[in-house]
Amino acid sequence: MAKDIPDPIAPEKLIEEVLSAYPAKSAKKRAKHLGVAAPVAEGETEIVSKCDTVKSNIKSVPGVMTIRGCAYAGSKGVVWGPVKDMVHISHGPVGCGHYSWSQRRNYYTGTTGVDSFVTFQFTTDFQEKDIVFGGDKKLEKTIDEINELFPLAKGISVQSECPIGLIGDDIEAVSKKKKKDIGKTIVPVRCEGFRGVSQSLGHHIANDAIRDWVFNGGEESSYQPGPYDVNIIGDYNIGGDAWASRMLLEEIGLNVVGSWSGDATLAEIENAPKAKLNLIHCYRSMNYICRYMEENYGVGWMEYNFFGPSQIAASLRAIAAKFDKTIQDKAEEVIAKYQPLVDAVLAKYKPRLEGKKVMLYVGGLRPRHVVDAYHDLGMEIVGTGYEFAHGDDYKRTGEYIKEGTLIYDDVTGYELEKFIEGMRPDLVGSGIKEKYPVQKMGIPFRQMHSWDYSGPYHGYDGFAIFARDMDLAINNPVWGLFDAPWKKSA
Amino acid sequence: MPQSADKVLDHNKLFHEPEYKEMFKNKRATFENAPTAPQVTEILDWTKSWDYREKNLAREALVINPAKACQPLGAVFAAAGYEGTMSFVHGSQGCVAYYRSHLSRHFKEPASAVSSSMTEDAAVFGGLTNMVDGLANTYALYQPKMIAVSTTCMAEVIGDDLNSFIIQSKEKGSVPEDFDVPFAHTPAFVGSHVDGYDNMQKGILTHFWKDAERAETDSINIIPGFDGFAVANIREMNRMLAAMGVEYTILSDVSDVYDTPSDGDYQMYAGGTKLDDVKAAINAKATLSLQEYCTRRTLEFCEEKGQKTAALHYPMGVAGTDEFLMTVSELTGKAVPDCLTLERGRLVDAMADSQAYLHGKTYAIYGDPDFVYAMAKFVMETGGEPTHCLATNGSKDWAKKMEELLASSPYGQGCQVWAGKDLWHLRSILATEPTDLLIGNSYGKYLERDLNIPLIRLTFPIFDRHHHHRFPTFGYQGGMTVLVKILDTIFDKLDTETGTLGETDISFDLTR
Repeated sequence: MAKDIPDPIAPEKLIEEVLSAYPAKSAKKRAKHLGVAAPVAEGETEIVSKCDTVKSNIKSVPGVMTIRGCAYAGSKGVVWGPVKDMVHISHGPVGCGHYSWSQRRNYYTGTTGVDSFVTFQFTTDFQEKDIVFGGDKKLEKTIDEINELFPLAKGISVQSECPIGLIGDDIEAVSKKKKKDIGKTIVPVRCEGFRGVSQSLGHHIANDAIRDWVFNGGEESSYQPGPYDVNIIGDYNIGGDAWASRMLLEEIGLNVVGSWSGDATLAEIENAPKAKLNLIHCYRSMNYICRYMEENYGVGWMEYNFFGPSQIAASLRAIAAKFDKTIQDKAEEVIAKYQPLVDAVLAKYKPRLEGKKVMLYVGGLRPRHVVDAYHDLGMEIVGTGYEFAHGDDYKRTGEYIKEGTLIYDDVTGYELEKFIEGMRPDLVGSGIKEKYPVQKMGIPFRQMHSWDYSGPYHGYDGFAIFARDMDLAINNPVWGLFDAPWKKSA
Repeated sequence: MPQSADKVLDHNKLFHEPEYKEMFKNKRATFENAPTAPQVTEILDWTKSWDYREKNLAREALVINPAKACQPLGAVFAAAGYEGTMSFVHGSQGCVAYYRSHLSRHFKEPASAVSSSMTEDAAVFGGLTNMVDGLANTYALYQPKMIAVSTTCMAEVIGDDLNSFIIQSKEKGSVPEDFDVPFAHTPAFVGSHVDGYDNMQKGILTHFWKDAERAETDSINIIPGFDGFAVANIREMNRMLAAMGVEYTILSDVSDVYDTPSDGDYQMYAGGTKLDDVKAAINAKATLSLQEYCTRRTLEFCEEKGQKTAALHYPMGVAGTDEFLMTVSELTGKAVPDCLTLERGRLVDAMADSQAYLHGKTYAIYGDPDFVYAMAKFVMETGGEPTHCLATNGSKDWAKKMEELLASSPYGQGCQVWAGKDLWHLRSILATEPTDLLIGNSYGKYLERDLNIPLIRLTFPIFDRHHHHRFPTFGYQGGMTVLVKILDTIFDKLDTETGTLGETDISFDLTR
């Protein structure tokens, strides 16, 4: 590793240091987002930090290089984009759809361009005249053209970009009208990028659109449910995550009716309320619709975690406990079946990774969900934070992390760089925007949104890949080449 | 159980194991409400038919897989090429995350920019407070030498006035009165990233030149334009100009910005055109644009300031480079030195050596207007035939210029020019009138897969191959890179087609 590495600085000190760089008004605001996991207080059950309170899910401070995205990214990019047999229109100017085109690696099977459309960029490509005169007519025509050119598409979603809400377009009226015309589900989504403070509101709006335009107003589902029907909710099948998870659920005897929304079809969305149980992985992005299904269709929901063998086994048992003994026995069989793989993975990689310190900064569930996967490999989490968490996410984080862990909410580029510099972890897991600055500092890095083009990381099949990836990142010889030999101090 | 610790299977192998294939089959049959296999085949075949092509080309509203981005991306790229400059994009924050990601994925480098993070309240009341606070924060945290302000479409729709906002921010002390805050309105619903590049260049020059007196020198200015190969191309150009002994200033030099070393220090600001040099650049006798469609407004402004201007279309290939060198020679009075004549000869030599494999090959070329022009020109020099030339962000004027170019060579006869069309149009076009090769960017891989036409990645963005942009495409040396990429693709294809033992390997030749 390059540089003479100074001793790590205490998290409290680091927070104080970064805050001192801000103008007073912003320092005050940012202080509420930074904290250190405190010991369990009397009467409390879990580790807490300052971020446990209401100091998350609030507006980003302008000009600080927030890493967050927008509501459109949360709806089109996360929730709707992976629904493979629908055409998702990026409604507005060309950019949003362009930058998000094929970037989340939501794997799917199908014939792209014929019955599947995930890796497409459909847009109304707004011009000045559309801003001035409104885009409703253009949207109508767009829907007709989609219907003609993609006859096997099962439906269409309209993903609003910023201008739509500002120019007073009525995409709901257009959607209703065109649904009658073409006889297919059309879902208008008011996910304009300026709404809310991050991707998070986009998730919520996208969930509401499922409620309003698929469950109520879509096609009636004729699916005949069985006693072991479940849905996977909040797994976007990045690098095939939902498939590695589905494999395990099927092995313990469950039927996965809906895969939301990685590799999903519209039918899987429509049929989901008939399942017995919703299994939710990314709580942040899809808890809303789970609560709705519970209230209106009596479908219970539970969170689970398929990162790393400890959590996978615990989750399989917890899921099985919701069913009968057949399922419970099978769950034990499956855990036992995969134990030799787990043992082999740990035998190979744990010695190479034990004691390594990790800092994370990711999105919806991963800042907590992946923690035990690292623990399984003997690694330690020294800092973690979320782009767009709410208070309930931070509350759920306590059980995973250790006292003294640095916590950062909606971290800024400046803070993250200083924290990494100060703590000198052995590995950072974050996004593409963070990858190259961190690597130039001589610190190994893995993208933890896209799995750095690897994956799956879910399930037992995924854990082997996860362990291998962490090893190859940390133990690659390139980190030893940073110093030119003639520059080395005597 | 397919997975093993011994030999970890990645997604590209894992999901083709029998367990997973069986799972996919069941999912499709039971839960997906999927169309039948004959239905899929029928539609797939239809999408490749002339009937589909006619319907597809008749689209009026829907745009599918356009080969263009929006203005602010170009603005952020242009601003990045100036010393110590932070881009500040006024409007919604998600956009900035997108530009940064997009640039990082191509260059495999950090890409810094900040947002004024406007939300619903700013949509109602305007984003002045966001600008005031935002500039103060950016200035304090990132200590830039200059903050270049552009806009997202949100700020444009609500009509925020950057000039007035920046003046007010300075009055409120966000940044010092004399701190450089150039700006450009960059509406995403007008033009594309090449226009954003133009607007930001003009904004920066206007900021430094508007009240300045001009005293002409012998120096010239060069504006590279939006270019995914800028890192290597600018360095290659520097080398050629040094050989000529020309005095010049590059306006927006990203070569060291998007190519910083790994040595243990992350430098947010590296390289870039020095701000003092930008100020002095008003005195240049001429400004030369290497990409006309990236710089039309900027060049008009340079002319207003009394400079001579000239514009090229991406100096690539033999004649493209000749034109660049002769234009520079004309503007500066410096002769083209023998060492460059020698390089020219080497490129021509290489082309002559390989001409048998290049002659008569047909090409589809897409990308930004200047790139497509240059690429078609180079292809024709090799005896290749550009058959379809497409620029989603190409204007009628561009189409006319393309037609003139194609008419100038026997190899351009029969080429169709597609201005304003997208890559789903191109799919129909190539399904009905296929070419031997396709030249474009990473998005072309879908066409390569669907139509089995080999893709050569020669323009921005390239996400799925690494480091190509670190080798030049400009100049005679760059011409060599381009030539070898084309040849490698041709030879690889030939080897693949003749590479099955005992079946197709009659012509699996050792020497080609």
